[in-house]
Amino acid sequence: MAKDKLEAPAYREFPSPPPLREGAMSHMHTFIAKPAHQEDLDWPGELEDGWEQRAVDKLGDLLKKNKALRVYLDSCVKCGACTDKCHYYIGTQDPKNMPVARQDLLRSVYRRYFTISGKLVPGLVGARDMTKDVLDEWYNYYHQCTECRRCSVFCPYGIDTAEITMAARDIMNHIGLGQKYSNEIIGKVHKIGNNLGLPGPALVDTMEGLEEDVLDETGVDVKFPVDVHGADVLLVTPSADFFAEPPVDGLIGYGKVFHQAGISWTVSSYASEAANFALFAGSTEQMHKIARRIRKVAQEFGVKRIIFGECGHAWRVAYSFLNTLAGPFDFLDPKYPVPQHILEFTYDLINRGALKLDPSANDDKVVTFHDSCNVARASRMGTRPGGQFNIPREVIKAAVNNYVDMNPETIHEKTFCCGGGGGLLTDDLMELRVKGALPRMEALQEVVDSHGVTHIAAICAICKTQFAKVLPYYDFGMDMIISAHQLVGDAIQLGEKE
Amino acid sequence: MASTAVGMLFAIGFYAAALILVLGLVWKIARYIITPAPLKIPVTPAPVTWAGVPVRLGQEILFFASLFKSNKWIWIFAVLFHAALLLVVLRHLRYFIEPVWFWVALAQPFGIYAGFAMVLGLLGLWGRRFLVDRVKYISSPSDHLMLALLVMIGLSGLLMKFVSRTDIIQVKTFFLGLLKLDIQALPTDPLLLAHLTLVLILLIVFPFSKLLHAPGIVFMPSRYQVDNAREKRHIVRWVAKMMKQMDADDTAAKQAADQA
Repeated sequence: MAKDKLEAPAYREFPSPPPLREGAMSHMHTFIAKPAHQEDLDWPGELEDGWEQRAVDKLGDLLKKNKALRVYLDSCVKCGACTDKCHYYIGTQDPKNMPVARQDLLRSVYRRYFTISGKLVPGLVGARDMTKDVLDEWYNYYHQCTECRRCSVFCPYGIDTAEITMAARDIMNHIGLGQKYSNEIIGKVHKIGNNLGLPGPALVDTMEGLEEDVLDETGVDVKFPVDVHGADVLLVTPSADFFAEPPVDGLIGYGKVFHQAGISWTVSSYASEAANFALFAGSTEQMHKIARRIRKVAQEFGVKRIIFGECGHAWRVAYSFLNTLAGPFDFLDPKYPVPQHILEFTYDLINRGALKLDPSANDDKVVTFHDSCNVARASRMGTRPGGQFNIPREVIKAAVNNYVDMNPETIHEKTFCCGGGGGLLTDDLMELRVKGALPRMEALQEVVDSHGVTHIAAICAICKTQFAKVLPYYDFGMDMIISAHQLVGDAIQLGEKE
Repeated sequence: MASTAVGMLFAIGFYAAALILVLGLVWKIARYIITPAPLKIPVTPAPVTWAGVPVRLGQEILFFASLFKSNKWIWIFAVLFHAALLLVVLRHLRYFIEPVWFWVALAQPFGIYAGFAMVLGLLGLWGRRFLVDRVKYISSPSDHLMLALLVMIGLSGLLMKFVSRTDIIQVKTFFLGLLKLDIQALPTDPLLLAHLTLVLILLIVFPFSKLLHAPGIVFMPSRYQVDNAREKRHIVRWVAKMMKQMDADDTAAKQAADQA
């Protein structure tokens, strides 16, 4: 329906930065959280008198608590290196989607209230009062950032716009101006345990359904256990894996891997969510609250190790923050890193010869791989830097015969965000999502034309869902997007263990 | 022609500027140091041990490695300017030391021509602020003024060297005196006084401007942090306190609910 009105931007003559179109995305306004969603998270329901001062106070508070914010706000020299690096700028041409311009929305207020030059000569240094107009700009443009960190890779100092976006969103939440999509979801996790609001019995049902599907298809009784005490592995996976297409095929893949490895595992209905949306809101408090659910379950079930499913920002929180927010995990088996990524697990099994894969099962496919932004630039897999690039590719290559990489300028740490991360995977931002996918779609088109690529594998529930939705706008089939572990699952020779 | 009054005026200026520069930087850097980094946020791939961090930062500081990946034009102009500035500053050391160290004497010819490179680099960077629509959009008046200030410092210096010379011996006498709190006369050539005044302004605005990128570059958690979150628990005081408080509140709330 929306497709009739909304059109994808035309491909560029790669890779020229497009000219500015001022105000091109100023109408983009994601739904505001209702008072009930706000209050569930102990934030004010709506803007109240005096919010200006409270916003400035909150900024002051964050400056004391976060070195990155303080140094980033001081150090930018406006060199322009980042200006053509954001997928949203490339797709929308709105100058406020240039990373430095996005930072400046907050930096201007920082200068006004927290620097001598901004207090004395605001006009000279681009300092602005905290007004409703400024706040509206914050709301619009800090919800046009997926916190993907691509700009940070190219900044001579490593200034990370994601940190500034998170700070701005944290401030807005604290004065009663939250985003409906993220905040409603965080509330659901606190109450029910996952983003989708899928209660325990429904989860058991879903997993039983998967067992039947796999049995029908393969004749092998692969288990998909829920809340099993004493299992070796607690699997924490994004709730989209439980039934959304295509992530669910990834979950089936994990199940087959566990089955074949002969390692007992379980998901938990209480901590049935890997994605920690509090990251998007920039709230350490809420992140902790979600993360400790995992610790609690791991202790209760007496598992030996924790493994995370395919999910981008989730892996960032898991890899980089879980030890801080819910550690120490000294009660787990010290032989394994905490947490582990499902790809590390599968990679290890492949290397040990414990999995038998027949890549010819995927001979109908030519596969490329999309590096998820937060896996690529905010985490690692394996023991060496860059393992987050090699391990997924090695696993995919073990499962398929035809693999090709996209343009090197668009993969590894230079990967483009799918356009739907950071709490923007909501229908009210559809225009932004379609436009933001432009650079990734351009790179995909290149390998489709040159190598006949038929599938793009991803390791993040958001990437998968986003691509399924936007691929058709670029005249690709929505089923081009596939889970890395679906490829593995399809190639596994079940039951043929030596 | 040299004037004791002018010498006195500039001596006060330099003492004040030096004080502002040092106190301002100490204040800023102290805050960078004491402000905690609550979470592990290195941009990956990152070094997995501390030993790799100086290598990573060194590449950024010495070669502008990320900028090279990012934009070759900015990189050329930025390297030209910064490398030239370094040589120019080294060359100027000769006015503050007696006898002149061997390597400072060696740097003299390079330092002189670096003055041209410095101005060229600055003009390149400044030109982008007019010619590239994206950079034009993000430039505020202070960005132009900063470049104007640096260009004028460079130009006034070059003019003194190649067009209208000042009594450099007396200038050196002034600065050597300044270091020993023995205030000497200063030549009154307009070019010299303009040059020195502009430098005074530069020293004063340093700690209050984007020139803070110079110390800032080593305090960027995205670049100096080690990628070892799984191996070593990273925890700062306010986060530990916050978590403890939240957990205690929840336990209390749960007990109250159970009793009710």
